[in-house]
Amino acid sequence: MWKQLSISVRLVIVMTVLTGFLYPGIVTVLCQWLFPTTANGSLIRVNGRVVGSSLIGQNFTKPEYFHPRPSAAGGGYDASNSGGSNYGPTNQKLIDRVKNSIAEFRKANPDYKGPIPADLVTASASGLDPDISPASAEAQAPRVAQARGVPLGEINQLIRAHIKGRAAGFLGVPRVNVLELNLELDRQFGHR
Amino acid sequence: MTPSGVLYIVVFFLVLLAVTKPLGLFMAHVYEGKRTFLHPLLRPLERLIYRLCGIREDSEQRWTQYAASLLAFSLVSFLFVYAIQRLQGFLPFNPMGFSTGHPPGNATPMTPDLAFNTAVSFMTNTNWQAYGGETTLSYFVQMLALTVQNFVSAAAGIAVAIALIRGFARKQMDTLGNFWVDLTRGTLYVMLPLCFVFAIFLCARGVPQTLEPYVKAKTLEGPTQTIAVGPVASQEAPKMLGTNGGGFFNANSAHPFENPTPLTNFMEILAILAISSGLTYTFGKMVGDTRQGWGLFAAMAVLFFAGVFVCYGSERAGNPILAHLGIETAAARGQPGGNMEGKEVRFGIASSALWATATTDASNGSVNSMHDSYTPLGGLIPMFNLQTDEVIFGGTGSGLYGILLYAVVGVFIAGLMVGRTPEYLGKKIEQKEVKMAMVAIIVTAFAILVFSALCSVAKFPAHGYWNPPGPATANLANDGPHGFSEILYAFSSASENNGSAFAGINVNTPWYNLLLGLAMLIGRFGFMLPALAIAGSLATKKKVPVTSGTLPTYGALWVGLLVATIVIVGALTFFPALSLGPIVEQFLMHQGKTFSMLIFPVWS
Repeated sequence: MWKQLSISVRLVIVMTVLTGFLYPGIVTVLCQWLFPTTANGSLIRVNGRVVGSSLIGQNFTKPEYFHPRPSAAGGGYDASNSGGSNYGPTNQKLIDRVKNSIAEFRKANPDYKGPIPADLVTASASGLDPDISPASAEAQAPRVAQARGVPLGEINQLIRAHIKGRAAGFLGVPRVNVLELNLELDRQFGHR
Repeated sequence: MTPSGVLYIVVFFLVLLAVTKPLGLFMAHVYEGKRTFLHPLLRPLERLIYRLCGIREDSEQRWTQYAASLLAFSLVSFLFVYAIQRLQGFLPFNPMGFSTGHPPGNATPMTPDLAFNTAVSFMTNTNWQAYGGETTLSYFVQMLALTVQNFVSAAAGIAVAIALIRGFARKQMDTLGNFWVDLTRGTLYVMLPLCFVFAIFLCARGVPQTLEPYVKAKTLEGPTQTIAVGPVASQEAPKMLGTNGGGFFNANSAHPFENPTPLTNFMEILAILAISSGLTYTFGKMVGDTRQGWGLFAAMAVLFFAGVFVCYGSERAGNPILAHLGIETAAARGQPGGNMEGKEVRFGIASSALWATATTDASNGSVNSMHDSYTPLGGLIPMFNLQTDEVIFGGTGSGLYGILLYAVVGVFIAGLMVGRTPEYLGKKIEQKEVKMAMVAIIVTAFAILVFSALCSVAKFPAHGYWNPPGPATANLANDGPHGFSEILYAFSSASENNGSAFAGINVNTPWYNLLLGLAMLIGRFGFMLPALAIAGSLATKKKVPVTSGTLPTYGALWVGLLVATIVIVGALTFFPALSLGPIVEQFLMHQGKTFSMLIFPVWS
């Protein structure tokens, strides 16, 4: 048994150097060289300042911006504390939260009369979902147009230009990146 | 179900089918010691490792020695991971200062019981997350403790499967190969090249790979957002390929930095099942009859499709209680519909349900959606997959030795029906083999059911040491049958070395950390040791010639028998427990019944 343990200790050390140090080290050097943008978190800079990551959702509450989905990450869109609500389908808290979100949405968007898109009032798994569905964006378009004093047609056109589609007929779900869309709003119609 | 969703699942299966033979053939060559295209590059490294560690490449081990090596290696691995975690405050690559005098405000302390749970978890290839990656662990721990175990615990699993294959393939021999050599080869030739390529691919598509501290961003509306980054890509690759599943981040592969796009999502699901699927071909090749491997593959495929379509259908139908509030549940007009609570928009319903099924078909346990928020029937599928010992492709190695144990039980049942001594691959299956197979299946079922029952009734004083929230049920996030499902899922996941969770349950208390750690140890070694004992016994036997009375272990009859064995054993064992959880909840959900918060105070 001592022989087994002695081999074990040596092998664990060798494997730690190989797969815990050399492998991640070489991958880090290569990735920093080949893909510096993604390797550092796909950060978006405006005037040299980091305003977020194109992959990570952030919170928006002002009427002139598109709003993301509800978030259970920390206090909401806390990108250092990811997670979902973990509410089960029969949890009264889930029902209350969704009712609340629907009421708030209806109040803020009186011009939208259709059914609520499934993603708009449900919390994502990561709490950092960067996307909403095209329907969720269109439902908010009248509010954004009014708050910015811009014709609705222009806002809808902007949404359409930002829709990422389904590749090869199955890969991915049509979606709109909220931060990128809001940045484009600021770029075209001015930061308020 | 939508056409694009069904197409996703079918395309996924066809790609999995396509990689099975080339990967399986490659692994057969590696473990038989034949030269492969990677040998010019890796063979010198392999020999260097043997020299440094004092391993004699040509020496063979009996099953007891093979098992002793496995246990010794596991023990040392556990101690390393435990020590590194406890010492992380004194070690480098800790830019956020975890376990130092100045940790981030939301940091979780690295207590002895949490370090024990995480060390057991990674050593046993479970990768249960009692920790939340970005709030608990330094980059040093993520790389030098967790990533290493992502490699070697997977390679150890494959080694045991290879030993069992040799047991079937060899005639009148008392040795099964050499654990150290099998472990080294699995790490060097199988895991390392695949992970290297996969990590680079992931980083190209958006997964970070940096040692810099978390980024502070000033958001458009003003507040600061702290964005956790780190060496994610290099950990993500072995996490998926080695059926580990322990995330760099708390949200695992639902986190956009672990799984940024629909393409990475597809490749990550493929990575969950690729090696395990390949091993069915390795098995056929090494026992000298590839039909035998495809027979196992076919049984796995039947169970895979049954599970994924039930889960997908249920998630697609959505939650009727929410539908009554005015939410669109059909996929139409530019929105996904279905049950989107706990799911990401970029993945939608189909690939989330596929992931939930695949991650529990295997012992992976990573998630791209939160299983706790699934509809009861949708959540029943992952739970049942765990309870039937994850034999649908399964974990790296553990899937193959798992289904071979079921095959032993299957031929035994068939033998009873016709009154003939059962045989499998020309080996007589006798008392010892059947006993050992049943021990493996019963031991894990015991851990799941007894520990779940215990946690449903165990009482502790509130604010005490063992379980500060109070009774063991006070740790739940959901009341009613869903609360019981959280407990049952936790012990199913731990005992089967999966690692996924109905994650609402707060398991970071000494009671749960230790009990779940114990369940992981029982599940890992209570399955591996009987498998090795069977291997040792089979290797000594002669091959009996095939006659007209031999049950062919390929073809439709065999596939049906094997599928029925797995489903019946699983259903008989777990139906009573499941009916108290997801089954009754499904009916209650359709009646619109909801459950308020627990009466116990919640501890944080």
